[in-house]
Amino acid sequence: MQIQPILAALRRHKAGTLLIALQIALTLAIVCNALFIIHQRLSHLSEPSGVDEANLFVIENFWGVQYSTQEASSEIKADLAALRQLPAVEDAAPSNSYPLRGGGWDNFISLTPEQIKPTTDASVYISDESLIHTLGVKLIAGRDFTPDEVRDMGTRENIHPPVVIVSKAMADKLFPDGNALGKPLYSMSAEPTVIIGIVERLQREEVNTWSAPFVNQSLIWPMRQAIPIGLYYIVRAKPGQLAAAMQEAPKALYGRNRMRIIDSHDGLLSFAQVRQRAYNRDRGMAVLLGIICVVLLAITGAGIVGLTSFWVGQRRKQIGVRRALGATHRDILHYFLTENLLISLGGIAVGVLLTFGLNLWLVTRFELRVMPLAYVLSGVVILLLLGQGAVFAPALRASRVSPVEATRPV
Amino acid sequence: MLGYYLDLALRSLKRSPGLTTLMILIVGFGVAASMTSYSVFRAVSGDPIPWKSSRLFVPQIDMWGPKGRRDGTNNNEPPDAMDYTDAVAMMREHRAKYQSAMYRVSPSIVPPDASKHPINVGGHAVYSEFFPMLDVPFKFGNAWGADSDAQRAAVIVISDKLNQKLFGGANSIGKTVNIDGKDYRVTGVLDNWSPKPVFYDVVNTGGFTTGQEDVFLPFTRAIDVGMPNDGNTNCAEIPKGSGFVGLQQSSCIWISYMAELDDKAAASAYKDYLDGYFRDQKAAGRFDWPVNNRLRDLPAWLDSEHVVPSDTKISLMVALGLLVACLVNTAGLLLAKFLRRSSEIGVRRALGAPRMAIYMQFLIEAGMVGLTGGVLGLMLTWVGVRCVSWVLPKEIASLAHVDLALLMLTLAVAVLATMLAGLYPTFRASRVQPALQLKTN
Repeated sequence: MQIQPILAALRRHKAGTLLIALQIALTLAIVCNALFIIHQRLSHLSEPSGVDEANLFVIENFWGVQYSTQEASSEIKADLAALRQLPAVEDAAPSNSYPLRGGGWDNFISLTPEQIKPTTDASVYISDESLIHTLGVKLIAGRDFTPDEVRDMGTRENIHPPVVIVSKAMADKLFPDGNALGKPLYSMSAEPTVIIGIVERLQREEVNTWSAPFVNQSLIWPMRQAIPIGLYYIVRAKPGQLAAAMQEAPKALYGRNRMRIIDSHDGLLSFAQVRQRAYNRDRGMAVLLGIICVVLLAITGAGIVGLTSFWVGQRRKQIGVRRALGATHRDILHYFLTENLLISLGGIAVGVLLTFGLNLWLVTRFELRVMPLAYVLSGVVILLLLGQGAVFAPALRASRVSPVEATRPV
Repeated sequence: MLGYYLDLALRSLKRSPGLTTLMILIVGFGVAASMTSYSVFRAVSGDPIPWKSSRLFVPQIDMWGPKGRRDGTNNNEPPDAMDYTDAVAMMREHRAKYQSAMYRVSPSIVPPDASKHPINVGGHAVYSEFFPMLDVPFKFGNAWGADSDAQRAAVIVISDKLNQKLFGGANSIGKTVNIDGKDYRVTGVLDNWSPKPVFYDVVNTGGFTTGQEDVFLPFTRAIDVGMPNDGNTNCAEIPKGSGFVGLQQSSCIWISYMAELDDKAAASAYKDYLDGYFRDQKAAGRFDWPVNNRLRDLPAWLDSEHVVPSDTKISLMVALGLLVACLVNTAGLLLAKFLRRSSEIGVRRALGAPRMAIYMQFLIEAGMVGLTGGVLGLMLTWVGVRCVSWVLPKEIASLAHVDLALLMLTLAVAVLATMLAGLYPTFRASRVQPALQLKTN
C-alpha cells in the first residue's frame, strides 16, 4: 500500500482531516484520564475490610437519659448480655466506631515520646475483650484483652491504656523488622502503650484521600465508651441468620430499656450497607465517568463513520476509475483503512501530549496521582481499534463501487 | 428571506436524514452531559447567602503554631476552627457588628408522652446574634435576646420540622421542650431554613450533610449544662484534663466562629484586632511563634475549605471536554455536508447572491441542527438530573434540580455552540468559486 497518494488526497481535505484528528486527540485525552480515575476509584471498592462482613451489622445506640459513666457502663453490659442471648446472634461488642464508618477517631502515633513529627496515624477503636471475636478478625500474634484490662471511659476522659492491639499494617509500619509484639508505642502522650496483640487486617474508620497513606493502620484499646451520648453495638449473627438477628436485636434492646434512640433510618445497618455507603461516592464517580467515556467513544466513532461515508460518496467516480484501472476490492478497502490509520496516528500524537497535559493539570489542581504509561497505551489501542472499526463499513461500501461508475456522468 | 432559508435548511437536512440525525444526537448528548454536570456543580457551588456573603467573615487564629502543622498537609494555614478559650474571649470583647461562636450538638428530646421513645435531634449551640447575622427567617416568635445569653437561660429555637413533630405545627412560642431531661422554653420557630452548603459551620458538617438542623440553643447554656459537642474535635496534643471541661481548657479546636463586618474599614480594623489579640496572648506567654491569622470573607472561606467536592469539579471538566469533542465532531460533519453542496452554492452565487446570503443560509441550517439538538438535550438533561441520585451521594444529588434558567441555558448553549461549530464550514462554503463549480458540472 502506497502512502504517498493517500497523503496527497488528504491534503485536499485539510480541514476535515484536521477535525477528525483533533476529535481523536480530545477523545484520547479525556478517555485516558477518565479511565485512570475510574480505575483508582474501583480499586478501593473491593479492598477487604478484614471483618466477617457477611454476618455483621451495627446498631447506633443513643441514650435517651443522661447516664453517669457507671450507669452507662452497666447499661452496656446488660445490653450486650441481652444481645448475646438472642438465638440468631453469635456475639456482640461495644465500640466507638466500626470499619468504613466514614469518620471517627484517629491519633498520631510515634515511636518515642519526644518525637516532633509523628511516625504514622492510627484509626482508634475502643472496645472490650469481645471485639475480635465479634468482628471475626484473625489474631495472628500475641493475645486478646482480658476482662480486667477493660476500663470504662466517660466523656473525653483522659485514659492511657497500658496495652493495645494493632493491625498488621500498623505493626509493620512501626516495626518493619516484624518484632512489634511487646514493643511500646506513643499516641500523642508521654505514656507508652504496649502492643500485646496483632490482628491480620482491620480497615480504618474512614477511607478518603487524607487517610490513604495510612491504609489499614488501626489500633484497639481496651475501653468501654460509657458516655451519656451513646455508642455502637457491633453484632455478629450466626451464619445465614443476619436478617433474623437484625430483626431481633433492636426489639430486645428496646424491650430491656426503652430510654434509648435507635434511628429507624440509619440506626441499624448491615455491613453490606456500611460498605455501600462508604464507597457510594467512588462508585458514583466511576459510573459517571464511565458513561461519559462510552458516550464520547460512541460519538467519535459515529463521527468517523459519518465523515468517511461522505468522503466515499464524494469519491465514487475516482474509486470507479481506480477499479477500472485494475485496483481490487481489497485495494480500495485498504486505501480507506490506511487513510484512517494515518489520521488516527496524527490525532494520537497530539492526543498523547494532551493526555499528559490534562493529567498534569489534574495532579496540580486536584491532587491526583501521575498516570502510568499503561493507560495511555490502552487508550491508544482503543482509539485505533475504534477508528478502524468505524471506517470499516464505509470502506467496504467503497470497495463495492463498480468500475462502471467511472463512465457515468455525475 | 428568513423563511426561505429555513425552508432551504429543512430540505437540505431532509436530504440526508442519517447524517442529520447523527448531528442532532451528538449535539443532544454533548449538551445534556455538560448540563447535567453543571446542574450538580451549580447546586454545590452556589452562594448560600448572596446578599450578605461578602460581609460575613470567618476569623482564624494560629493558636497551635508550627507544631499544629506536623503532618505537613496544610501548608502554612492556621487551624480552621477555634478552641474554647479564644472563642469565648472574642465573644466577650465583641468587636464586630454581629458575631457568634457555635458548636454542633446532638441532644435527645424526651416526649411528654411516656409511651413514646425519645428522639435524637441535631443542632447548634449559638449566641443570640447568630440569627440577625445570618438573616434567619422565623415563622413564629423570634430569637432569644442578648440577656438570655448572659443569663445562660434555658431557651430554644426549633425548626419548622421539629415544631411539626412536637406541636403539630401550631404556634409553640412559650411552650417547653424537654432536652436531655431539662425544660427549655421555645422563643422561636424557624421558617423552613436550611441553607446549602451549611455555610456557618463547614468545619463540622463538611458543607453538605443529610443531617437536620432541628434545635438552636444558647452557647452559654449548653456549656453550662455540659452538652458535649457532636462535631469534629481536633487536637494538637491530648487535653490534660478529662471530660467536657477538660476539652474547654485545652487547645483542641471544635468551635466555629463567624462575624459580620459591614465595610472594608471594619474588616481591616477587625483583622488588626485579631493580630493585636494574638500579640497580647503571645506577651502573656501562650504563644512563641509569629502572628499568622486569617480573616476570610464567606466565599473565600468556602473555597479554602474545599466545600465544592473536587469530584464535582472533575466531572464538570470532563463533561465540558465531551461538549468540545462533540462540537469538533459536528464541525467536521457540517463541513462535509456544506462542501458537498458546492455546486448549489456556485449556482446561487452566480445568480447574484452575495457572500452574506450564503453565510445566512448555512448558519441558519447549523442553528436548526443546534435547536433540535438542544430540544433533545433538554429531555436528556431532565432525565440526567433525575438519574443523578443513582450515582452521586444523596446529600449532593438531592440539591441538583431542573429549573427554567437551566432549561434556557441548555437551549442557548446548544444553539450557540452548534452555530460556532458551523462558523468555519460556513466560511468555507461562502468562499466557493462560482465559476469553478459551474464549469466542472
